[in-house]
Amino acid sequence: MSDAKSLFDKLWERHVVVEETADAPAVLYIDLHLIHEVTSPQAFSVLNERGLKVRRPDRTIATLDHSTPTLPANANGELAYATPEAKRQVETLIANCKQHDVELFGLGDPRRGIVHVIGPELGLTQPGKTIVCGDSHTSTHGAFGALAFGIGTTEVGHVLATQCVLQRKPKSMRVIFDGALAPGVSAKDMALAMIAEIGADGGRGYAMEFAGEAVSALSMEGRMTLCNMSIEAGARVGMVAPDETTFEWMKGRDFAPQGDEWDDALADWRSLPTEEGAAFDKEIRIDAGAIRPMITYGVSPDAAAPVSANAPRPQTDAQQHAADYMKFEIGRPFSDAPVDRVFIGSCTNSRLSDLREAATIMRGRKVKNGVITLVVPGSEAVKRAAEAEKLHEVFLAAGAEWREPGCSMCIAMNGDAGAPGELVVSTSNRNFIGRQGKGVRTVLASPATAAASAIEGRITDPRPYLGSMKESA
Amino acid sequence: MSFDSFNILKSRTVVLRQENIDTDQIISARFLTTTLKEGLGQSVFYDWRYDEGGRPKNSSAFNGYNPDTHKILVAGANFGCGSSREHAPWALKSFGFEAVISSDIADIFKSNSLKNGLLAIEVDPKTHASLLNTPGAEITIDLERQIVAVSDWEKAHFDIEPFARQCLMNGVDQLGALMSHLPEIEAFEVKRP
Ligand code: SF4
Repeated sequence: MSDAKSLFDKLWERHVVVEETADAPAVLYIDLHLIHEVTSPQAFSVLNERGLKVRRPDRTIATLDHSTPTLPANANGELAYATPEAKRQVETLIANCKQHDVELFGLGDPRRGIVHVIGPELGLTQPGKTIVCGDSHTSTHGAFGALAFGIGTTEVGHVLATQCVLQRKPKSMRVIFDGALAPGVSAKDMALAMIAEIGADGGRGYAMEFAGEAVSALSMEGRMTLCNMSIEAGARVGMVAPDETTFEWMKGRDFAPQGDEWDDALADWRSLPTEEGAAFDKEIRIDAGAIRPMITYGVSPDAAAPVSANAPRPQTDAQQHAADYMKFEIGRPFSDAPVDRVFIGSCTNSRLSDLREAATIMRGRKVKNGVITLVVPGSEAVKRAAEAEKLHEVFLAAGAEWREPGCSMCIAMNGDAGAPGELVVSTSNRNFIGRQGKGVRTVLASPATAAASAIEGRITDPRPYLGSMKESA
Repeated sequence: MSFDSFNILKSRTVVLRQENIDTDQIISARFLTTTLKEGLGQSVFYDWRYDEGGRPKNSSAFNGYNPDTHKILVAGANFGCGSSREHAPWALKSFGFEAVISSDIADIFKSNSLKNGLLAIEVDPKTHASLLNTPGAEITIDLERQIVAVSDWEKAHFDIEPFARQCLMNGVDQLGALMSHLPEIEAFEVKRP
């Protein structure tokens, strides 16, 4: 075996405080701990019960995103919380941060937003770092060549108290996307195609690295979308090696290194990528050129198919169960299905480039009568940037709603939800039963597919709208 | 927080055959606004157990469930996938379950469960199938010997992360173990600020 190391090996080695043994997992140091209101209260309670302090408040950043309303405050400055508990949860995080000196990007703060959108946006997320958050989509940050993974609330407590987690080293897997994406196909389509290929548990136990021509060609936003979805294939970690695209993106961000420190950081970051010959426990190759715009048609993200396909006949009990719930007519094109609602948002697809993608299609057009369309920017910064480009005017003129930043209908715990039976085309990451509201039938898609579906009022291939339809599709 | 130490569990099973049961099914996001761990049991699998009007569903696998006698949940493959919410094991535990068995269990859910005294174990496909086909069977899980006994003649070994097993058997939580490494953590921080 060669000595060549992978990005993952290097990141792991750099952060081991105590090596793992047969009897105990490794103690792994965490550079950045992101917290939010839903998975932190019980962790702070444990700290308080035991009289412990947050060990490194300087490495801890909090935001409010899951439970916060996306409608603006009323004339009295009051927000319409879904329930009194939601309000209490927000107040609890505010109080905990105050007590423990943790910086909170709270309501009214221009830096607030979905935790996985603001970390990268502010330059907190950097190549080479270990990043955790009580949230499975923490894998998003791996787009920068960071080792980032979701943890449970008990572990949130561990990190608050010790800045470390107990972890066994996962196996490694490389997913190589060969070739170039066809026009009108995006990172979301790559992610869905990969999950369809390997299954919702295909990455379980692995740290995934995405590589290949199509990955190198992706913008940072696209890489974040791809890494975000690695958890939907069962992998806790998704990564892309840092390169010039990464450095270009990082430069000048609020928390990015400046001056001489920038040069040092850059030299270090350049040493991170996987070396030629490094071993992976598993490797798969996907032909990026063959990927078409994708949607999901079941109740697990691996039930994904091209938008232009027909609803397949269920083969297993599980598929039958999903088909009964989703109610697509077997053998008929997905595009027959009328759409009730469209959600453009979530940490998967709520960045400026996603909103631009949707606006390109919605510009000068109208959302189909009766299709409720929510556009929810991922952060206050995304909202400001989109409004500076007047994208919100495009959405509003088309008949869509333009909301305040937050998780919104991705998890539907802030009051934004679909109604029972509705078919919702969503740019989020999970199509689980009831995820977007009781009885809601979720179809996952890219921002372009979601926007085109809003216009047509049925599931729609976005490529004709982008002038990039290939006859062969 | 610590929990009762775990050694031998003899109990009946509740079987949910579906594959890919995600943590949104175990506990829906609308119950996540709590700031406590307690009381989540009443919300576990809520939409599976109750109809639109909040009446218990006749078809539910939880019909006839008795928390005193049915402490083991057997589920289809890839159990606990999706969201990392620890509310899922908290809810199962507070409902009365002490163990979950599947052919494979999602990483974060498994790790969350083991940290909360809920034994989440994976058995071979044959044992799994036999458990799925005998809902309500009385089985025995021996954590020390790492054996699931479906009956006197059908026994299977299971693997479990040794550290989690020790913590479970001793009823101690992992924070204590981590805190004992504070000197190394301090040294690490000095070396690499
Ligand atoms: S947008 Fe959705 S997936 Fe992302 S952090 Fe919020 S709830 Fe989780």
